[in-house]
Parts: sequence; structure tokens; C-alpha cells
Amino acid sequence: MAEGQPIIRIREVTKRFGQTVTAVDDVSLDIHEGEFFALLGPSGCGKTTLLRMIAGFETPSEGQILIDGQDMSKVAPNRRPINMVFQSYAVFPHMTVADNVGYGLKVTNVPKAEIRERAEEALELVKLGGLGGRKPDQLSGGQRQRVALARALVKRPKVLLLDEPLSALDAKLREAMQLELVRLQHAVGITFVIVTHDQNEALSMANRIAVMEHGKVRQLAPPSELYEFPNCRFVADFIGKMNLFEGRVAGISGEEVLVEVKGLGRFSLPGEGEASGEVGIAVRPEKVRLRREKPDEDMVAVRGKVSEVAYYGGSSFVYVTDDTGRTISVNLQNEARTAEPGVTIGDELWCAWKPRDSLLLST
Amino acid sequence: MSAGQGAGPAGGGKRIVLRRREAVGPLEYTRRWWMRLTVGATFLMLYAPIILLVVYSFNNSRRNIVWRGFTFKYYEKAWNNESLIEAFVNSLAIAVVNTAVATILGVLVAIALWRFRFPGKAAYEGFMMLPIVIPEICMGVAMMAFFARIGWPTGLPWPLTLSNIMIAHIAFSFPFVAVTVRGRLVGFNRELEDASKDLGASEWQTMRYIVLPYLRPGIIAGALIAFTLSLDDFVITFFTAGPNSVTLPVKIFSMVRFSVTPEVNAASTVLIVITVIATVLAMRFQSPSRRAGGEEG
Repeated sequence: MAEGQPIIRIREVTKRFGQTVTAVDDVSLDIHEGEFFALLGPSGCGKTTLLRMIAGFETPSEGQILIDGQDMSKVAPNRRPINMVFQSYAVFPHMTVADNVGYGLKVTNVPKAEIRERAEEALELVKLGGLGGRKPDQLSGGQRQRVALARALVKRPKVLLLDEPLSALDAKLREAMQLELVRLQHAVGITFVIVTHDQNEALSMANRIAVMEHGKVRQLAPPSELYEFPNCRFVADFIGKMNLFEGRVAGISGEEVLVEVKGLGRFSLPGEGEASGEVGIAVRPEKVRLRREKPDEDMVAVRGKVSEVAYYGGSSFVYVTDDTGRTISVNLQNEARTAEPGVTIGDELWCAWKPRDSLLLST
Repeated sequence: MSAGQGAGPAGGGKRIVLRRREAVGPLEYTRRWWMRLTVGATFLMLYAPIILLVVYSFNNSRRNIVWRGFTFKYYEKAWNNESLIEAFVNSLAIAVVNTAVATILGVLVAIALWRFRFPGKAAYEGFMMLPIVIPEICMGVAMMAFFARIGWPTGLPWPLTLSNIMIAHIAFSFPFVAVTVRGRLVGFNRELEDASKDLGASEWQTMRYIVLPYLRPGIIAGALIAFTLSLDDFVITFFTAGPNSVTLPVKIFSMVRFSVTPEVNAASTVLIVITVIATVLAMRFQSPSRRAGGEEG
């Protein structure tokens, strides 16, 4: 997706509730036009507060929010060129589906004929054509969400905000809606900003993700970069599974950093020259191989005993505990029907991976 | 009432019902004899007098002791009793005005208490509920003393003669409306309000199109409660009513002082019927299942 102008600029925004709670702490970020942007983080990290500040339901204690170049600090929620899909969908229970979708047009005095036409169009877009006469209590959860989507999109906003839109759906429907939201975003070309605590949701849908913790943005990057190059322990641990080892820097040579980890020995991995002292060494479970024999010298290897095998259908996680009590998780793809992981609890094995597949985390 | 339901025809029609009684389960209290006895006795105490009253309003006898045959005579007599009809019209006028004013006040109070935070809110909420808990006799005496102290004008033309009763009724019935509406507001999803504003609606439009329609069952229920309370109030009315502003309950009371004729029964029966209808409507509007009753073509 081509990157255009920043449609939303968040500048040094802080939000405090009372004296003690800082929900959002000095956040600055730009969201570009046409982007599918995700705010990702555990509950209580401030992502929803940030979203509600963009929508205008909360005012920043400090800082500035600009939408399409305009300062929003004095603009009420009903005058902002953005619309929101709420976590509870907030579909008006006493109105029909069509009246729900037309509501935002009715209150801004759009002519009746145009309301009907645009509402129908919006319902068509979310595949609810023909259900305009229903009441919300005659719809399923997924359909209610589509009503909320249509109701927001019919206003033709510059930005659509979505607050945990999929959290109330069951797993199968959630997956389908992820694809559906991406399709919809391509169809309407509107900037989407989604708040979620589900990393899979963010990874599969967004162009860029801001990972938040304690009111701060820890990392802002496209999904693959976030997964393969997390910049801190929190992001590494929050996105996907990660094996983390404590080590220290033993030397630096150009682009390579030589690290030493107890039980793993010394090995060098790519990294900038600024690392020193105690560092974290991380490796993803799917990058780790299991070997019966001692692997080659150029692999990082550690010997241990299988303590647990968890079968997930498509893949299995094998947990190997080494002499020092560390547990390393290894992800095995179950590629053939008959091929069981081939390991059982109690097996003595080697875990091995290429040095460059591991990652240096200084913070 | 639900006595027979436990052992009722739960299965298919063709199954032969066995004579043997099923054992009473540990939690099936409605199937225990002592529970049925208590419930039956309670209902008898509650409703026997009322049923008797209604039955004897059709009794063809001047004295209300022995059944002497069925007649509508006393309804006719009550209808032709001018002072009784006047009292009835007074009661209705008071009830209608009271309902309108108390409902508006009650809704405003409920919304204010739900919507805003202000200093002394808890104290205000407590004070507002006072008319519900205060003994009616105290309220009546207080009202009488108040109107006497400020010298409320007497001898005004007709609807105004009732003004002090109306004020007294509004004062004790609006908290009931507020409580009913407040109860409904508790279940209101505030995201609906946010969503309305997010879609471009102003504060007033949100109130008009989202909050008030949501409150409607509560408002109607509250209004009917206020109507009922006003229509059959005796104590407070008795203390505030003047010689020219007699209401139906007060009139019935004064008639009973001479003798309990079937005429009194007839007038009381009319009052009961109106009250019961209003109460049933109020309960229907308050029941949660009403919300699901959307018609579909």
C-alpha cells in the first residue's frame, strides 16, 4: 500500500487520570492515509485510551492530536471526520438495521432519499443486503458487528477506528472477519486504526503495528519486522513465542557481536556495536532444530531432556529442559500424517540453531 | 398457583401416566404440602376481602350482610350520586395532572443523577428518596401545616381548588418515577451514547433519539405508578383536601362512616379496577421481555 500523507498525527500525547494513573505516556506517532494500523498491547496498556482520544471521548492531558492537518483539541466527537466501531458494537436496540445505518446521516440532515440509498449501499458492502428491516435482537453477533461497520462506513469517514472488534466472536468467525476487514479496507480505501490485544489479529491484518506497554509505544513496525526483529524483551515476548537467554557481550568485531551464554558457549551474531554488558539472546521456537547427535560446530547447541510435548494439530511444541533448568520450546511442523513428533517425554536431545537466527536484545 | 405444574404433562401425549407419585425432590418446594398451605393461606388473607367487596357490590340488599340476589342497582345509584361523581372527577383530574408533572420531574431527576457528578449528589439522592420511606401520615400532617402556614388561597375556581392536593401528590409520587427510570438507566450501555455522538449527533439529538426511546418502558411504568398512587391516595389527600375538593377515596371514607352500603362497594370496585389495570400495564412495561417484542413483517 502506497504511503500517503499522515492522516493522524499524535504529538507527545499524555493522558493522566487523577494524580496517579498515567494511561498514555508521551506518545508520538503518525498514521498514514490508506493504512491499516494496529495498536497492540496487553490490557491496561493505554491503547483504548489512545483510541478514545483520537475519537474525542477523552481529551489529552498534554500534547496534540491532528487529523488531516487539523488540531482536534477543541473539536467535539460529533464533529470529527472519523467514525468508530465499538467493542460492544453499540447497535441501537430500538431501531431497525436500516435506521441504525442511516442514523449518522439523519442527525446531520442528509435528505431522506439519499439516506435510504446510502444505507442500502453500506449494507450491501458488509453483505447484509436485504436485512435492513430486521431488529438488532434478530441478528447474530457477527451480523450486529457488520451493522456497526456499515453504520460507521456510511458516513464516509477519513479514518475508521475499531476497538477490539473481534473479541466477542468465536474463533472461526474471528478468522473469517479478519479477512473480511482487510477486504473491506481495500474496497473503501479508508484508513483503519484497530485496537487489539490479540497479536495474531494485528499480525494478519495490519500494515503497521504499534506495540504498547504501560502507556508507551515500545515498537512501531510492519508485522514481519516486529516478529523477526523485536527491539526489546517486551515486544519479543509479547509477539509470538520466544526463547530468551541471559548472556553477556564478550567482544565486538565490526557488524558482529560475540556473546557468551552459560551452557551455550560463545558465538557471534549480527548486531550494532553499541551492545555491551548483560544482554538477552532470543530465538524463535520454529528456528530451533532437534538433533539426536551432537550438531556441527557452527550451530548453537544445548543438550536437554524433553519435559513436555504439546500437540496442536498443525504443529507441536516440544519443551526441552537443560541441566541448568532452562526450558527451551521448539516448534515442529507435523508435515506428514503419520509422522508423530518422534520425541517422547524423557528423551535426551540436542536443541540447535544457526547463530544468525538468534537475536540480541539489549533492553 | 403453580402447584400442578411440577407433575404436569411434560412428556408426549401418548405416554400412559403412571399412578405412582414421583418422589418430591429436595428443591421442589412448590410440591411440599406445608409450602402450598402457607401460600394458600396468604392468598386467602390478601384477596378474600377484596373478592367479597366486589361480590357484594352486586348484592341486592341495603345492608351488606346477607346475599339477596344479583343486581347492578348500586352501580346505577353510585353513577347518579352527584357528590360521588364529583369526587371521582376530582380524583381523575388530580391523577392526570400529577402523572404529567411527576413523570417529567422524575425523569429529569433520574437522568441528572445518572449523567452528572456534582457536590452533594449522594445527599441529594438520599433526600429525594425521602417521600418513599417517610410515613404517609407525617407527610400528610406536614403538607397540611405547610399549606396553612403559607396561607394557600382557598375558594379558587374548580381545577385550582385542587392545586394543593396536586402539589402534595406530585411531591410524594415523583420519587417513584425517578426510581423506576433510574433502574432502567442502570442497564444502559454508555457506548450507545458514545456511538450516537461519534455518528454526528448532538447532545440533544442523542437524548431525543437514543436515551429517551431506551427509557420509554421505564417512563411509562413510572407514569402509571404515579397515576395509581395519586388515584387511591387517602392519607395525604385527607389532610390537604378542603370542603370543596373531595376525592374519591376521601368520599368513600366519609360514606362508610354512615353505613357500608353496596354503593360504597360499587365505587370501591371501580377504583380497584382502574388501579389494577394501571398496575398490570406498569408491570408489563417494566418486564424485560417487552424489549424483545419487535414486530416483523
